[in-house]
Amino acid sequence: MAAGRFPVEAAHVLAFGRSLGAAGELPGAGDVAPPTFLIAGAQFDADYPLRPRPGVPWPGSGGEAGLVTEGAGGLHAEQHFVYHRPVLVGDVLVGDVRPGQEWEKHGRSGRLRFREQITEFRDAAGELVATARSVSVLRPEKGRAS
Amino acid sequence: MTAQQAWRAGELAVGRTFETVVVEDLKRTQIVQYAGASGDYNPLHTDEIYATKIAGYPSVFAHGMLTMGLTGQAIAGLVGAENLVRFGVRFTAQVWPGDTLTVRCSVVGVGERDGGPVAEFSVSTVNGDGTEVVSGYAHARLAR
Repeated sequence: MAAGRFPVEAAHVLAFGRSLGAAGELPGAGDVAPPTFLIAGAQFDADYPLRPRPGVPWPGSGGEAGLVTEGAGGLHAEQHFVYHRPVLVGDVLVGDVRPGQEWEKHGRSGRLRFREQITEFRDAAGELVATARSVSVLRPEKGRAS
Repeated sequence: MTAQQAWRAGELAVGRTFETVVVEDLKRTQIVQYAGASGDYNPLHTDEIYATKIAGYPSVFAHGMLTMGLTGQAIAGLVGAENLVRFGVRFTAQVWPGDTLTVRCSVVGVGERDGGPVAEFSVSTVNGDGTEVVSGYAHARLAR
């Protein structure tokens, strides 16, 4: 999720809402963003690995079917949001990411490793707006998903 | 995106359940649309050739966060996004192109928290076979 500056812009909220089936009216300043919009802070993470970046190999298909990536397999297992106040169009948020807990479970498909990541989003005044907690599960499997 | 004024505390009884169909026959294009808006272009979700030939899945599949996002739209429509104080899910099964998803929100508690009335909902999103794909909770402020 986003590290650094994350402006909540009307056109971005519009496109995000449309992708979730909303009819798609351009929101105005102060309108409330969809509940999961904070995840789109990935757009403002310069090093976000799930976006093709100049000079970085991309595993997806081109002339060939793609690249097998090893050891990258993380599946999104859980996502939690606490809203200290609503996320509003016009907010300029700053996301501060920190690692959370790690634990293991033995499941049907073998040893599962869980890893937590916590992101605190603050507004321009430094007030806490929302806290996001994501849990990824790593298992001996192909590919990676989100 | 405000769709609903806050419920009044007396209006929501424990056990009351709301159902919303949030997508019918999910299209690959909507998954791509979500990838573009969210910024998550993982080829498992956007690239059928990669997903099948490299990763060995039967097709691309939806981002977990697309399913959570669709679920969140139903919750926002029910309680008003501005009243939401907590929303969390576990991803329990994959969502595939062609799936139809229904969100069920049930009131599991109504009480006071941080000086005001709050309703707690259990949240379950199921596919057309009735398999749960998302399991979670949402807490929303109510009007007095």
